[in-house]
Amino acid sequence: MEPIAIALPVVLPLLLSLVAWLLRDRPAVSRVFLPAGLAALLGSALWLFSIIHASDVPIRVDFGSWEKPLGISFQVDLFAAIMVVVAGIIGFAGALFAMGEIGRVIWRKGYGTFFFLLLAGINGAFLTNDLFNLFVWFEVMLMSSFAMLVLGRGKYVFEGATKYVVINMVSSFFFLSGLGVIYGKTGQLNLDEVAMRLASSGSDPVILSSAALLLIAFGIKAGVFPLYFWLPPAYPNTGFATAAVFGGLLTKVGVYALFRVFGGAFGFLSEIIGPLFLVVGAATMVAGVLGAASQFHTRRILSFHIVSQIGYIVLGLGLFTQGAFAAAIFYIVHHILVKTNLFLAAGAIASTGRSERLEKLGGLLKGAPLLAVLFLIPALSLGGIPPLSGFFAKFLLLREALREEAYVYVVIALLVGVVTLFSMTKIWGEAFWKESPRPGGIEKFRKVQLVPMAMLGSLTILIGIFVDPLFRLSERAADQLIQSNPALVQSVSPPPES
Amino acid sequence: MELIIAIMIGCLAACGTRMLLQRSLFRVLIGLALLAQAANVLVFTAAGLGRGDTAVIAKTAKELPEGHPDPLAQALVLTAIVISFGVLAFCLVLLKRTHRRTADADVDALARVES
Repeated sequence: MEPIAIALPVVLPLLLSLVAWLLRDRPAVSRVFLPAGLAALLGSALWLFSIIHASDVPIRVDFGSWEKPLGISFQVDLFAAIMVVVAGIIGFAGALFAMGEIGRVIWRKGYGTFFFLLLAGINGAFLTNDLFNLFVWFEVMLMSSFAMLVLGRGKYVFEGATKYVVINMVSSFFFLSGLGVIYGKTGQLNLDEVAMRLASSGSDPVILSSAALLLIAFGIKAGVFPLYFWLPPAYPNTGFATAAVFGGLLTKVGVYALFRVFGGAFGFLSEIIGPLFLVVGAATMVAGVLGAASQFHTRRILSFHIVSQIGYIVLGLGLFTQGAFAAAIFYIVHHILVKTNLFLAAGAIASTGRSERLEKLGGLLKGAPLLAVLFLIPALSLGGIPPLSGFFAKFLLLREALREEAYVYVVIALLVGVVTLFSMTKIWGEAFWKESPRPGGIEKFRKVQLVPMAMLGSLTILIGIFVDPLFRLSERAADQLIQSNPALVQSVSPPPES
Repeated sequence: MELIIAIMIGCLAACGTRMLLQRSLFRVLIGLALLAQAANVLVFTAAGLGRGDTAVIAKTAKELPEGHPDPLAQALVLTAIVISFGVLAFCLVLLKRTHRRTADADVDALARVES
């Protein structure tokens, strides 16, 4: 059963995408089929998680019984399983929102197909243990994201998409070159084998150059400083459900690859890469949050906040301790749920207040009080207000930073948290609190749109309540990530006795 | 032989980068195509070039003979070529749409999105 459970999160959406293509001429059916299919995907993700959770070691599947180095294998540890579950939740929430948002014409163009393909690519990238296979899943994910992006109806959707496509092609060039050099050097593409061989070969110039190539490739995809500039123009111009799924998942796939490759195979470089990630993380946080402070457009503010939150996660990677990895994994989960929820809220705000510009919005607290509450949960969580998930994510990460005596970064992170809260109060004050600048500026909104928001919001609250078991789960995931790499077991300091 | 191809990869990447930095969107596209080719040839070469042999291994061989071209790398390149071709085709259509909408094939047309 295990091989089926491991392959299902990829195979299922691939099959469903074909069915969705056949159903595309019936918008009414496609509308229901998308969330139903994604609910099934979430179910298969939970099944996989329960198997991995019960097992102490990562489970591997060699496809076609070809063993490494020839075969392609999926290797699922707890980190991968957690990410697949979160992707399932986000996909389901996005599909529910798309039900109310996406019009007939866009369903006819195959929106559902691309949605399923996107999830297949994301899950493939999470599960695979092979560098070239990772490249292929990235391309599957990108290709469907290109298509979904241009199906949006924003005014500048093509301009934003052009930037997004061009920068991602450049990123693919770096990725392919980097993995080509690694293959030439080690003769392996399986991440475990690469890790073994790199650990013994040490840091010769060829390895360092391939590390630099991969760092740029994943850095672009993750949106870290100074490679994040493609993100803010691309996301605010597409559909709301699309932007919510992208904002939650796509950059995090890049971050996940950073963890796999630099927290794993290239872990022996931790003395060079650790400090680099600390600086990059801090710069990403500051650049993102300042960009957000200068914007007056809901989704543009949120897009810059994706960048700034990526900074916190990269900071966790830069600390290179087991506790920091655990805190970063916790942070990723919290961040994906909250960010998608905020983008959905921006969609609901836009359809209720008929604008995304803050000066044209207003009066939503009176007009749509339920929406106001559902916006407030993720907004406060993003700002790090206890007892919501964001507070604990930041607390756990900064506790690790204090243990490592990285005081400068703690101060920066706290200040960035304050400015984040300022951005959120800006949206709150302008869109909800002040009077509407236009009489009758409030549309009746579809209650359907609030269902996924309520779902994600309650998850945010639940994370805040069950911090302890969830953090222990992240610790186990971080432990498996480190144990997978013999070089890293030595270079990462063990957790302190307490 | 490897040296000549390495220089060629360098030239491809340099030309690609130069085209990528041009103002015209069409040249940007050509730049991307050149970069993709550079990466493909790099993967092909990095695994080692065998001279005068095909990448097919004898049925009885258990391991790759010394100096024999690596079939796996060639399979990887084949996949990468297909992917880059598909993405380029998409990109061409996208640029055409952008061009038609903005009536401008200059990168300045993209700056409007920021304001």
